[in-house]
Amino acid sequence: MEFLQPADWAEALAVKAAHPDALPIAGGTDVMVDLNFDRARPGALLDLTRVTDLTDWGTDGDWLRVGAGVTYRRLIDELAGRVPGLALASRTVGSPQIRNRGTVGGNLGSASPAGDAHPALLAAGALVELASVRGTRRVPVTEYFTGPKRSVRTPDELIAAFLVPARPGAEQFAKVGTRNAMVIAVCSFALSLDAATRTVGTGIGSAGPTPLRATEAEAFLAAELPWETRGAVPESVAARFGELVGSAARPIDDVRGSADYRRHALAVLARRALAWAWTDPGGAV
Amino acid sequence: MAINQSTAPAETGLRGPRGEPVTLDVNGATYAIELEPRVSLLDALRDHLDMTGTKKGCDQGTCGACTVWMDGRRVLSCLTLAYSCEGHQIATIEGIAQDGELHPMQQAFIDHDAFQCGYCTPGQIMSAIALLREGNATTDADIAEHMSGNICRCQAYPNIHAAIREVRDADDGG
Repeated sequence: MEFLQPADWAEALAVKAAHPDALPIAGGTDVMVDLNFDRARPGALLDLTRVTDLTDWGTDGDWLRVGAGVTYRRLIDELAGRVPGLALASRTVGSPQIRNRGTVGGNLGSASPAGDAHPALLAAGALVELASVRGTRRVPVTEYFTGPKRSVRTPDELIAAFLVPARPGAEQFAKVGTRNAMVIAVCSFALSLDAATRTVGTGIGSAGPTPLRATEAEAFLAAELPWETRGAVPESVAARFGELVGSAARPIDDVRGSADYRRHALAVLARRALAWAWTDPGGAV
Repeated sequence: MAINQSTAPAETGLRGPRGEPVTLDVNGATYAIELEPRVSLLDALRDHLDMTGTKKGCDQGTCGACTVWMDGRRVLSCLTLAYSCEGHQIATIEGIAQDGELHPMQQAFIDHDAFQCGYCTPGQIMSAIALLREGNATTDADIAEHMSGNICRCQAYPNIHAAIREVRDADDGG
């Protein structure tokens, strides 16, 4: 195993082009598990922790651009008001020790269906910025995941950043697990309600081969919410929204939970997230 | 182990695959050791620096026994690549007593009988001190939440929490 430690972003892209099999590593909280148990033996490790460009965030037109190397702790401490749903999801990642090292870039790189950041990114309508020596492209996160631990990222590309709308809607996140820390989600759900555009965003985690949107549920809720009056959401609407979210999932039975349980839990999480987001539009922080 | 000359820096930042010199700053001292690229900070500490105070429980980030500080923040040494620690300050349980005096958190763990088998204790103490520094220990619920990355199979949690409260409430803040 070789070790590559580029000093800046241009060098990182050149190194990745020359060593497309190199496994990028930032915080290491995912990659190291595979190395410690010899489940992965990459030809080379590409350490991105010296690339300071990856740890910046700032606005880019109507978007907030967050470097792939910003840790979960910094998302919580510095960006909770700008990425409320993702900050809520970040609080459920691992433990304080993991959140001091782990990054959204790493979550996207692993592309696990259970990644905690993914539902929040889906609900917010995020873009993933991929870069290589050939150039840079921004892919809607809805098109990023192609299968379990697979994405549209090509071998010579690195994840540079993710982008979310600079003005977030009311966002919520909820997750089911067996412990309050260090759990891989049994299932998770993220919701974004944008009163300005009267649109709804959703994200389902750990209940399908990839993180998923519940598009039918989004369209239903956007049409049924009393945007004008801001009145209470009718129970029938909340219940139907939950059903549609549950039916959008494509779960399997596995050690963490059964498919039936996951559909049921998602319906419950969806109703709860809706109630929280609707009654406290600014309260996601 | 000899340095592999054939892979020496033909390209910036390229090292390996065999043992290569690494400089680690641990508890204020600088150590130059040879490591393979894949080695975790935990294995570097225990197997190469003979600092066995930091414990290996799960080696996959779920137990917290290997908690150390990197630049003052608590991290899991089993999930931290040793090579990536160059240029950063690492602190372990061996380094927190000063001039032969136990750290107040160490003393509080003794006073409150905050362990049975003791295996998780170094990680608990490193996490507990960092928790107070982070300022997230106002309520018992806060303490439970922010210590949730450290498992104690002996179930000494009430005593661990009592030790943390005592140091939190001490005049000098620990």
